Amino acid sequence: MQAFNFSRLSARDIHVWRGDRKVLGGVSVEAAAGDCVHVAGPNGSGKTTLLRVLAGFLPPEQGSVTWEGRPIGADRDAYCASCSYLAHSDGLKPELTARENLAFEVGLRRRLEAAEIEDALSRVGLSASRDQAAAVLSAGQRRRLAMARVMLAAAPLWILDEPFTNLDGTGVTLVTAIITGHLDRGGAAVMAAHQPPSIPNHSPRRVDLAS
Amino acid sequence: MNNTSVMGAAMLMYRRDLLLAVRHWGQVAQPLMFFAMVTTLFPLALGPDLTELRQIAGGILWVAALLASLLGLELLFRADHADGTLEQMLVSGQPLALLALAKGAAHWTVCGLPLVLVSPLVAAGLALPGSAICTLMLSLGLGTGILSALGAIGSALTLGLRRGSLLLSLLVLPLAMPALIFGARAIDMAVHGESARGPLLLLTAMLVLAVTLAPPAVAAALRISAE
Repeated sequence: MQAFNFSRLSARDIHVWRGDRKVLGGVSVEAAAGDCVHVAGPNGSGKTTLLRVLAGFLPPEQGSVTWEGRPIGADRDAYCASCSYLAHSDGLKPELTARENLAFEVGLRRRLEAAEIEDALSRVGLSASRDQAAAVLSAGQRRRLAMARVMLAAAPLWILDEPFTNLDGTGVTLVTAIITGHLDRGGAAVMAAHQPPSIPNHSPRRVDLAS
Repeated sequence: MNNTSVMGAAMLMYRRDLLLAVRHWGQVAQPLMFFAMVTTLFPLALGPDLTELRQIAGGILWVAALLASLLGLELLFRADHADGTLEQMLVSGQPLALLALAKGAAHWTVCGLPLVLVSPLVAAGLALPGSAICTLMLSLGLGTGILSALGAIGSALTLGLRRGSLLLSLLVLPLAMPALIFGARAIDMAVHGESARGPLLLLTAMLVLAVTLAPPAVAAALRISAE
């Protein structure tokens, strides 16, 4: 896969309120090519909220998120096309098979060969389950499948909300390797995780959120 | 990299939703069953007077189709919202209004079109004359299209609510009133041997209006419900 023509994601002084509760008070995140940002903090400290702001779901009350120096709201579709978001929920259709899930979800973004799907499935260790409905996959397998989707989307920026949830030891190694490969190609990743990810050559920059 | 074209994405969405409908057809058949049951029960309850049945057939068919459509609207966005695929749709980088239009079209194919196709059968039970069948199908075809478009707006707006069904009905039904009035009137005119051209043209105009205006409204509503 070719290297990314990457520019900078920059979020400055983000403030978000939920009702009368302040969830984020002046958080800043910077990510350039090859950067891994680790968003850390206890439960309820606003990690998911921050990632949703970065993905463009949630407009911050104060502060700005820019991509290539332009606010992400200015050309939302172009920004979305260059970012891949792994949410808390895996975003898979339980009625569709592993292969169909990837074909439809990634197909919305780019044209995709059947071989690429097989390749991604074997990369996350799901070759044997490729024709099983997502509903019968285990939680860990679904997480792997969701990660395969992020990988296939081939976007320069990855926003990952707890990518290691439900994964076994092999799964954690696999996903870490996938993220490392992405960073090596000049991509960037912003991830929320409770354990600091150990990524060789790309020491994650930590953003701490207080509760 | 080869990005998917906008039309390609819309077609993919349409195909996905049809495939999902095939996979859980039991849920999809519910509106159709409801439509068939209501329209069959009326002649049984009202008695065997054919002229009386014929007088009210248009109204019964339209009310049944309207309520059946409301029943089917639950399917439109709720499952996608629950399993997170709606969020993925929002960040796919494709124009959301067009994806919403594709979803609406799939919804009509699965929930509206079957009603139109079985309507000649249930119309026979309501003693509708054969000459009115064509008008009946046209009026229901246009009408279910309008209801799918209006319903999509309501469905997207009530997505975040736990018990949104009642509110959804309250939102959609007033907007659907004109379609109901002209749709039932078209059938009534055909039953009496008059030309139903006027109301059918009005229904067509309403469909064009609804299909044009609904997608941006649905897209905006979906973005709000994702916040």
